[in-house]
Amino acid sequence: MATYAPPIPQIVTHRAESSKPQGWTSWFTTTDHKRIGILYMVTTFVFFLLGGVEALMMRLQLGAPNNTLVTPQVYNQLFTMHGTTMVFLFVVPMMAGLANYFVPLMIGARDMAFPRLNAMSYWLLLAGGLVFYASVFWNPPEAGWTSYAPLSNSYFSPGGGQDAWIYLVHLTGLSSILGAINLYATIANMRAPGMSWGRLPLFVWAILTYSVLIIFAMPVIAGAVTMLLTDRHFGTHFFDPANGGSALLWQHLFWFFGHPEVYIMVLPGFGVVSEILPVFARKPIFGYKAIAASTVAIAFLGFLTWAHHMFATPIPEAILVFVMLSSFLIAVPTGVKIFNWIATLWRGTVEFKTPLLFCAGFISLFIIGGISGVFLAVFPVDWQLNETYFVVAHIHFVLMGGAVFTIFAAIYYWFPKITGRMLSEGMGKVSFWLMYWGFLITFLIQHVIGLDGMPRRVYEYDNVGHLALYNQISTVGSFILALGVLVTVFNVARSVKSGVIAGPDPWKANTLEWFTSSPPPPNNFDVVPRVRSVEPMKDIRREVERRSAAPAADPGGATVPAGAMQVGV
Amino acid sequence: MAFFTPQSGGSPNADEIASLYRIILYIALVIFVLVEGALGYALWKFRARKGAVAAQIRGNTRLEVGWTVAAAVILVVLAVITFAKLSAIQDPSNSGPNGQHLVGSDGVLYASAERKLPPNGKALNITVVGRQYLWQYVYPGAAEADGLGAPYAYEQMVVPTETTVSLDIVSSDVVHSWWIPELGGKFQAVPGYHNYTWFKISKPGVYRGQCANLCGRGHARMIADVKAVPPAQFEAWLAYQKVLIAEANAQAKIARAKLGKQIGAGQVENP
Repeated sequence: MATYAPPIPQIVTHRAESSKPQGWTSWFTTTDHKRIGILYMVTTFVFFLLGGVEALMMRLQLGAPNNTLVTPQVYNQLFTMHGTTMVFLFVVPMMAGLANYFVPLMIGARDMAFPRLNAMSYWLLLAGGLVFYASVFWNPPEAGWTSYAPLSNSYFSPGGGQDAWIYLVHLTGLSSILGAINLYATIANMRAPGMSWGRLPLFVWAILTYSVLIIFAMPVIAGAVTMLLTDRHFGTHFFDPANGGSALLWQHLFWFFGHPEVYIMVLPGFGVVSEILPVFARKPIFGYKAIAASTVAIAFLGFLTWAHHMFATPIPEAILVFVMLSSFLIAVPTGVKIFNWIATLWRGTVEFKTPLLFCAGFISLFIIGGISGVFLAVFPVDWQLNETYFVVAHIHFVLMGGAVFTIFAAIYYWFPKITGRMLSEGMGKVSFWLMYWGFLITFLIQHVIGLDGMPRRVYEYDNVGHLALYNQISTVGSFILALGVLVTVFNVARSVKSGVIAGPDPWKANTLEWFTSSPPPPNNFDVVPRVRSVEPMKDIRREVERRSAAPAADPGGATVPAGAMQVGV
Repeated sequence: MAFFTPQSGGSPNADEIASLYRIILYIALVIFVLVEGALGYALWKFRARKGAVAAQIRGNTRLEVGWTVAAAVILVVLAVITFAKLSAIQDPSNSGPNGQHLVGSDGVLYASAERKLPPNGKALNITVVGRQYLWQYVYPGAAEADGLGAPYAYEQMVVPTETTVSLDIVSSDVVHSWWIPELGGKFQAVPGYHNYTWFKISKPGVYRGQCANLCGRGHARMIADVKAVPPAQFEAWLAYQKVLIAEANAQAKIARAKLGKQIGAGQVENP
């Protein structure tokens, strides 16, 4: 295991006063963005583990043809819980947690714009999760995370689980909207002096875009589930074709939210990668403006492509063609990002630390997910591929490869800042390789399962062709993947108490969160430095080196006390 | 079974989709190898070594514009290829000489701009009704003026070979999705809407499929089979089916009359 010497010269900006001792009850009343961020991250990771257990149960059921491990009802509940958990209770709020902790630090702010609103966002999220998981003890929902009407109406899904799902969408949606408004206000108003839009860290650009997407997309699903709720209980007929409603309307409303939701989930991950790659390649990000602009372009185009989830529905051909072309168009800025990331590595000096490995793994997986997305955008081809395991493979390459691998990169990269201790590099690498190969074994073969005609969301299948073998391979892979996740869980649990002390800036990184101590004091910064470039820490390190070299030649420099060096002010 | 491509071989539209898929696959493989190769090369070649210094490059406008345009050009090419293939996938051809006498122009009954018919306007029109958890197939040839008494079948659809079959896909409850992989793509059965597709089978045999959109607990067992038989055999099957249905209807009529006598006329609903 590598050991980390604190970087020399040391930069310390806060006064040496420790934060007041706080009891465990203070977690319920805190409005500190960092503690709320930790609450978000820990809570959502617990939901990630629950969703993972649901996935493993499904893979066990599918490990053999015509298996009878779980009943059809339980199987439908499992995939409904799994999808809903991963989207609403893990990826989106985990990104909110990372943003909560790091956006104020990266822009040199002392907290979020609305600290109490911030606390409320978290508690709404937890309430949503608890309401949803409480349904496990009664009737879990079983209409899929997409909850297509009329299957989700009160006639076909009389159980209360469907209502629990509706409340989950409402509560987490409200949480996300409030959080997004807060993040937007923070980024717009609280940046350090000198941090113009052109010097905003790319993670913050991604979070800004994420916030705008949430503000536009979430109200649509909130409206749709409200209509479903009144259809179920108050006698309306929005989605009831027998009384003048439209079953197709649900699909339009759901995917008008659902497609931007994909970008809500992956854009922050793109931001994480754009932060980590330059640090470990020791090279500036290649094409800062192109990456920021492509983030915004993807977000805009994301609102024009929702009907590519509906190629098999009865809609006019003109719409099929339009949506195919708009989906093609969105591949351009996505490709640009990948080229820029590779160019960032090019001619750098790449240090294979765990965060870099997860980022490189992410890029290699996302290339596959992006390419399979082009197949799905061609609507006649999609007629064969949609609703099969090919699509299951695709969404996992973009969401697990795209969001989960970047979240793990973020965990390994920022854990030292949050806790003041390093994670074990050795265990990190073991975790990465288990997750990477586990992922490929699980999901590559699922493309073939889909091409061989196995639809998704089926609890059993006949052993036609090699379906049994392919499914066994996938099941074995899923357990390797799970083992990789557990290694990181163990790594985190151990390193919180006994990891190597990290110091303020263990990676020699570029952005302002590394300017303060690890973990940061409650007020983040006593002195906020003036930002002169997109990599303020590089400027600050250069300045510190200059000053520490200075005393021999220039006695004036020695009057700055080492413990309170106000760099770059 | 196919490993790298969707299934095909039953109907021209499925074949054309598979061929379009293969074209995209070849282009995709080239891009995949180039981009993953560049990533792997960059990671390996530029790994940190003693004395190595990272080049401080912040961008290259010409290069960046270049790869943006290149990505766009590839997608334009894909779009052009798709449009070139579209007609062969969507537009059915006329029935073969042996199947010609089976098709009528009674597609008028379901006239719709979205329904694709062969150039001569004649196809064997079958209505596919999705319901939890069974597919029903209603054939033309209603015995009564109000459309009742049409021959029908469940689960297995019997069709003639060499005949263009046009499907009108509907649902009587939740959303289902009609899919026989070897006969072309999926089309959702949405209650309140009509969705259309077609196929034309040349080889007799059974083509298997199943519902492809979650429709409830029995979704995995909502089987859809298409059995293609020579036209003469199909005619015999359809005639026999009509006889069976007429017999069943006659028996139901007698039972209704009997029941009506027992509990009083007007109490028994007409079906």
